[in-house]
Amino acid sequence: MSAQDWAYISNYAIYSAMALFTLAFFGHAYETAWAVRTPIASAETQGNLVAKTFDNSRTQKAMRIATAMMILGFIFLLLGVIARGISASRVPWGNMYEFSITGALAFTGAYLFALRKYDLRWLGVLVSFSVLLTLGTAITLLYRPSAPLVPALKSTWLVIHVSTAIISGGVFLLANVIAAAYLYLDNMETKGPRKVWAQRLPSLDALDQLSYRLVAFVFPLWTFSVIAGAIWAESAWGRYWGWDPKETWAFITWVAYAAYLHARVTVGWRGRRAAWLCLLAGSTFLFNYVYVNVWGTGKHTYSGL
Amino acid sequence: MSDETQIPELGAIGLVRYFWRQLTSMRTALVLLLLLALVAIPGSLIPQNAQNPMAVSDYFEKHRTLAIWFERFSLFDVYSSPWFSAIYILLFISLIGCVLPRSFEHLQATRALPPKTPKNLARMEHFQSWSANGNELEIAKAWLRAKRFRVLESEESIAAEKGYLRETGNLFFHISLILILVGVLIGGLFGVRGSAILSQGERFVNNATSYDTISFGQISKENSLPPFTIKVDKFVAKYNTLTSAPEDYTLYVTTVAEPGATPKQQVVKVNSPITFGSTRVYLQANGYSPIVTVQDKQGNVTFQGPVPFLPQDGNLRSIGAIKVPDGDPQLGFVSSFVPTYERSTNQGAISVFPELLDPKLLFSIWQGDLGLDSGVPQSVYRIDTSKMKQISLSSLKPGEFLKFSEGTITFEDVVPWVNLQIVSDPGKSYSLIGGIVAILGLLASLFTRRRRIWIRVSAGEVQVAGLAKNGAPGLAIEMSDFVAKLKGN
Repeated sequence: MSAQDWAYISNYAIYSAMALFTLAFFGHAYETAWAVRTPIASAETQGNLVAKTFDNSRTQKAMRIATAMMILGFIFLLLGVIARGISASRVPWGNMYEFSITGALAFTGAYLFALRKYDLRWLGVLVSFSVLLTLGTAITLLYRPSAPLVPALKSTWLVIHVSTAIISGGVFLLANVIAAAYLYLDNMETKGPRKVWAQRLPSLDALDQLSYRLVAFVFPLWTFSVIAGAIWAESAWGRYWGWDPKETWAFITWVAYAAYLHARVTVGWRGRRAAWLCLLAGSTFLFNYVYVNVWGTGKHTYSGL
Repeated sequence: MSDETQIPELGAIGLVRYFWRQLTSMRTALVLLLLLALVAIPGSLIPQNAQNPMAVSDYFEKHRTLAIWFERFSLFDVYSSPWFSAIYILLFISLIGCVLPRSFEHLQATRALPPKTPKNLARMEHFQSWSANGNELEIAKAWLRAKRFRVLESEESIAAEKGYLRETGNLFFHISLILILVGVLIGGLFGVRGSAILSQGERFVNNATSYDTISFGQISKENSLPPFTIKVDKFVAKYNTLTSAPEDYTLYVTTVAEPGATPKQQVVKVNSPITFGSTRVYLQANGYSPIVTVQDKQGNVTFQGPVPFLPQDGNLRSIGAIKVPDGDPQLGFVSSFVPTYERSTNQGAISVFPELLDPKLLFSIWQGDLGLDSGVPQSVYRIDTSKMKQISLSSLKPGEFLKFSEGTITFEDVVPWVNLQIVSDPGKSYSLIGGIVAILGLLASLFTRRRRIWIRVSAGEVQVAGLAKNGAPGLAIEMSDFVAKLKGN
């Protein structure tokens, strides 16, 4: 098959993945909305407060289908990323379109991986929506035809530095989503008991722990990614650290997560404060990805835009 | 003794001790960490002298008043500013103050045995008891030793602890951060960094005057430059025919490591610099140098040679200045060069491909005072025409010449130029080692679980219990293995 065929396969795979994630989104949305039941009005309920109940026995199937779609979407996305690499005979991390589809892959992967141990399917609506949003932006705004790498990117370090950065990003974002869910539910609980639809969501403690574990798990990888980047910068630009905007924000992210880990492990922060700090750290990563890639100056201008 | 409450006086030493305690407290370290992240931000939003001096001078032109205030607060030099330095120095003092005592403590603890078995095991987590068989203590000891627990035996009980690596890793991680900083400092003090633009065919001799820009560390000396020479034999750039994106840059050079050494043919690429001892030479930017000859009315050559032009876009439309100060009057050619010429209705001459398919040199000729003697540094790519008068406007292809009122200009040929960055950073290996140790330390400290296990056999009853520090998970599984082993399953 020619390079062009592979490029087409990649594009079709990405479109198919988007279709699958859309199905997953609808599955999760249906499940979230219809699992809450309002009793049918009768003489008894007339004039009384009606208690909604949670019953997902009817919607279980939708949830299973949604997860299956998510897995299929992951597979198609993986295929799309690999085919993109083959079409350009290089690793598929040469411009922002490719960073985005790989990032979406890492994010979905992190979710599906965590799913093996924790029942996170309540997050499905949010996850499938974020993935759709990322892929949609990638296809419409960031798309660039498959092309060879510019000379500065021709290095083994590309594989090491960029892949670890993307994986770290995917996990950081998942930790962020969970921290946000924590804050939302915490807010809900201070006003009274959880709303019916939120009752099956994990306890606040479990969410708190989970976002911490994700960060603790991926922080060494992020450290490694930054150091690998420094080693690469030394061989490409003659210095391992130059306060380039991308480097600066990678440093800020690193310091913010370091502060988060210290706050939790040493000072004993839990709950709201920890969740806010986690969100803050995660948003520095997002800012680095969006702002520095698109509007920023400096040496990391590989977005292809 | 009086009944009054005694308020201890702080005194000078007390005050110092108080501030030291505050500085080395975890809360202060946390605040400093977040502050460091915060103050790093402006450097990524405001142009920096160290990264992009051109953008800084642009900023001065566009927002004069704001720029003056920025300058006052070192906002164009954030990462060497007093306030940035103050925060990271405080952070590192705090870190040292925290890590050193802990290191000594930990060093002593490395040979220490676990504390004695608590009296009442039933109050501990993971507690289980059953009637004894008699040989439980031996089995326990063998099992714990095999699992590399530290074991403290007494007559009827064993206390065991494992996971000291957690603190070891933690300490190594923090110490390695200091090592990284030391590497940065050594690089800053003893390093040399410079760059030089060389047109194809030119030779670079490594002494301070050959550089276009060079900066020495505070302690490094000019005569410390290794005496190598580099001759630029050939530079080849390949571009994608559809997108004009560069696909490959290869620089062929002949190097002589020191006077008298045998010349060596070498290749430099963007990601593979060449090395002379601790000095490395990197290929950075490239562009085109038109070779021109200027003669005066009598036919005397007043200027000859390649002139590096500055690329403006992906197709290498470049601007440049040919300055002829030795004529009377002085001449200046405000020029642009396009490797593949095309005429655009609204932009004039443009380049449609970065390779030399249809090269053209376009220029306006100015006579008067170039202003080179004014002492104000000038861009080599631009001419200050405020004291000059335009006398002609033309364009040439390679090999062509133009006669004008003050003489002749010949566009001989065009060659590529390369920008070599020449760097000696004796501190970088320390930083690298620091980086590697940091990751290993981090892994050890985040993934090691510190835990204790106790067993007591008394009055015909076996009691076991465990304790996981920091609520580390996994002890339950370990305990059930332990119990299964003891029960002989």
